[in-house]
Amino acid sequence: MSIEVFPAPQKVIIPLQQHIGAPAKAVVNKGDHVVIGQLLGEAGGFVSAPVHSSVSGTVLSVGLFPHPTGKPVMAVEIENDGLDERMPFEPGKPWAEADSKELISRIQAAGIVGMGGASFPTHVKLSPPEGKKIDTVIVNGVECEPYLTADHRSILERTDAFLTGALIIKKILNAGRCFIAIEDNKQDAIKSVRSRLSDAQFKGELKIAVLQTKYPQGGEKQLINAVTGRMVPSGGLPMDSGCVVPNAGTTLAVYDAVVEGIPLYQRVLTVTGPTAAKPRNFLVRIGTPIRLLIEACEVDMKATRKIIMGGPMMGITQSDLDVPVIKSTSGILAYDKVVSGEREYPCINCGHCVHACPIHLVPSRLAKLVNKEKYDEALEWNITDCMECGSCAFVCPSKINLVHYMKLGKFHIQARRAAAAKK
Amino acid sequence: MTKPEIEKSPDTVEQKSELLSLSSSPHIRHTESVPQIMMWVIIALLPSVIASYLFFGWHAIFLTCVGVSSAVATEWIITRLLKKPTTIGDLSAVITGILLAFNVPPTLPWWMVVIGSAFAIGVAKMTFGGLGGNFINPALAGRAMLMASYPAAMTSFSAPKLGAISGLDGVTGATPLAHFKASMADGSFQALDFQDALYNLFTGNVGGCIGETSAVALLIGALILWYKRIIGFGIPLSFIGTVFILFWLFNGTGELFTSGSLIIPTYQVLAGGLLLGAFFMATDMVTSPITPLGKVVFGIGCGVLTFLIRKFGGYPEGVSYSILLMNLVVPLIEKYTRPKIYGGVRK
Repeated sequence: MSIEVFPAPQKVIIPLQQHIGAPAKAVVNKGDHVVIGQLLGEAGGFVSAPVHSSVSGTVLSVGLFPHPTGKPVMAVEIENDGLDERMPFEPGKPWAEADSKELISRIQAAGIVGMGGASFPTHVKLSPPEGKKIDTVIVNGVECEPYLTADHRSILERTDAFLTGALIIKKILNAGRCFIAIEDNKQDAIKSVRSRLSDAQFKGELKIAVLQTKYPQGGEKQLINAVTGRMVPSGGLPMDSGCVVPNAGTTLAVYDAVVEGIPLYQRVLTVTGPTAAKPRNFLVRIGTPIRLLIEACEVDMKATRKIIMGGPMMGITQSDLDVPVIKSTSGILAYDKVVSGEREYPCINCGHCVHACPIHLVPSRLAKLVNKEKYDEALEWNITDCMECGSCAFVCPSKINLVHYMKLGKFHIQARRAAAAKK
Repeated sequence: MTKPEIEKSPDTVEQKSELLSLSSSPHIRHTESVPQIMMWVIIALLPSVIASYLFFGWHAIFLTCVGVSSAVATEWIITRLLKKPTTIGDLSAVITGILLAFNVPPTLPWWMVVIGSAFAIGVAKMTFGGLGGNFINPALAGRAMLMASYPAAMTSFSAPKLGAISGLDGVTGATPLAHFKASMADGSFQALDFQDALYNLFTGNVGGCIGETSAVALLIGALILWYKRIIGFGIPLSFIGTVFILFWLFNGTGELFTSGSLIIPTYQVLAGGLLLGAFFMATDMVTSPITPLGKVVFGIGCGVLTFLIRKFGGYPEGVSYSILLMNLVVPLIEKYTRPKIYGGVRK
C-alpha cells in the first residue's frame, strides 16, 4: 500500500517524552504562536531529545495528556491554523564535508530517536563510548512484525534518500562496512535497493543482506547474528559486538535532518488490521490523535476488541483513542479477537516455548518462578535476557500468557533494585 | 491467569462492544491447543489398536475400551468430588486409558484393567493436581501397580491368533523376551535361532501385551507424531539407540561383526515394549525433560536401565521400570541441561 499523506489535524498533542531518557523541557507557553519545526521542548540532558512542532498555530496548553504507554505525560497541545508555516530549513554544509561531531549535533538538534519502537535517542546511539570500536552498521529494514509495511514502503519509495542516510550513519561511526538488511518477502524493495547499489555514490560502500522471513528476524541480536555471525553478549548491547543497528525509518530521518535540515515532526506508519476496511500507510504528523487515523481507515469499532500501537506480537494495547502518534509509532492495528485473555490448560511441559525462544531461555520455567515470586531464581534462569518478542506465548498450546509473566517478573526485579538503590 | 474483567462486566451489550481489551502482547496465537495435541496422539495410537484386533481379537479392543472409560470416569468423578472444573475435555485421560490397556496382556481380567486405570488417573495423576502436575507416567504407574498386585495374571500370555512362530515352537504362551531370557539361562541360546522371529516381531505376530507387539503399527504412529511435531528425535533415538548399542556390544556371542551379533540387538529392539515405550511413553511431555539436551540424557538413561534390567534383572522386560525410574530424576536433568542462552556462557 503506497504511502499517502495524512492531512494535518485540527489539534495536535505533542508529548515532551517520546524517547528513552530524560523528558524534554517545555520552552513554549500557552498562547505562543509556533510554526512547523519550531522547538517546543529542549532536551533534558544528553540521553534525551528535543521535541518540535508538527503544525503551525497557537499553543492551547502545556499539561498532562494521555500517552500510548499508559501513563499521562507532559505535552504541548497546539491548535492548527491550517497555514503550514514552517521554520526555514537550512541544511548547512554538505554532509560529505562535515565531520562526525557536526553530523551528530545535527541529528541531536533534529530530535531523532529510534523509530522502530525503541525510541532511544539516535545521537547517543551513534556516539559509542571510548573503547567500543564499531566496524559494522546494519540498517534494519527487516520489519518482521506481521501487518506492518511502513518501513517496506519507505525503503521502496525513497530508496536514494534511505541509502544516503545509511552512508551518513556509516560515516559518523567510521565503520568499515554497512549492510542493508531486508527480509526476503519484500522482493520489490530488495530489487529497488539492489538497482541503486551499483550507482557511483553507493558502490562499494553499502551491501545488501537478504534475510529469511522469520520472526523475530528484526530483533537486533538476531539480526547481528544473521548478518555477521557474532553474538551480542548476554546483558550487553550491539556495540559490544562492534555493531550498530539503526531502524530504516530512523535512517530516513537522519537523511532529512542532515541533508534537508528538517527536524523530526512526521513519520510513516501502517494503519491496518482485520477490522480496518481500508488499511493504508500514512505519512502522519507527530501528535495526530489516533482516532482520526482509525476513522480514516473505516475501522469497524463494534467488531474491534483491541487497538494496538505497534505490531501484533509486541504492540501495546490502547485504552484511549485520543492518544497521539509519537515518534516511535510504527503502526496502529485494529484487532477483532482477544486471545491472550486467559490460560486454558496447565503447562504440559511440551517444550514448544523452549524451541521457539530466540534467546534459548526456558519460558515455562520462568513463568512458574515468577508465579511463585521466586525472583532470584528467575534472574539465575536469565529472565532479564528476555526481549518480550512473544514467540513463546504464540506457540504455547496451553495458551499461557508467558510474556505477561516475563514483564511482571522484570517489573518486580526492577522495583526491588530501585528500592535497594534508594537505601 | 484470571479472565479479563470485561467478560464479567454487567454492562449492556452495546456498552461492552465499546470497551477495548488491554491484555498483554502477543495478541495473536498459534491455533494448536492441548486437546489437539492429545487428539493426534490418539490418532497415532490407532494403528496399534487395529493391530491388536488383528492379532488378539475383540477382547483386546474390549480391554482398551474398558481402560479408556475407567480412566475418563475416574478423572471425572474426582474433579466432581473436588468441585473443580471437569478436565476430561483435554483428552489426556483417554490416552492414559489406551496406554494402560496397551501395557497389559490380552488375557487380563477386565476388572483388573479398571483398577489399573483408576490407579493411574486417581493416584499417579489427580493427587498431584491433574494434567501437568504428575511426576511419573500415569499409565506406567498403573502397570507397575498391577504387576505388583497380580503378577500371575500380568505375566500370562496367549499365543497370537495367527499361530505360533518358528523358533518358539512348543513354547506357546511365552513372549519373545521371556524366550530369550530362558534360552540364555539354560544355555540353549543360539543367535541364529532368533533370525526367523524378526519378521513376526516386526508385524506383531507374537505374544505380548496388547499394544506392544506390532512394530510396524507403532512405527506408523511414531511417524504421525513426528510429522505433527509432537515428538522429536531426541528421546526415541537416544533410548532405542542406547539399547541397540548395549545389546550389540554385549550380545552374548562373543563377536561384534557377525550376523548373529546384529540379530540380537535387532531382536531386543523389536521385542517387548521398547518401541511402545520409546515412542509413546518416554516421550510423554509432562514427565520428560523440557530441555533438548535433557531429552537425550533421559533417553540414554532409559536405555541403560532397560538393558540392565533385561540382561541382569529378574524380569525379561525392563522398559516400564526404566522409564519410571528416569521420570524421578527429570527435575535434576532439567537443572543441569539448561540450554546455552544467546550470547551467554552455559552455567
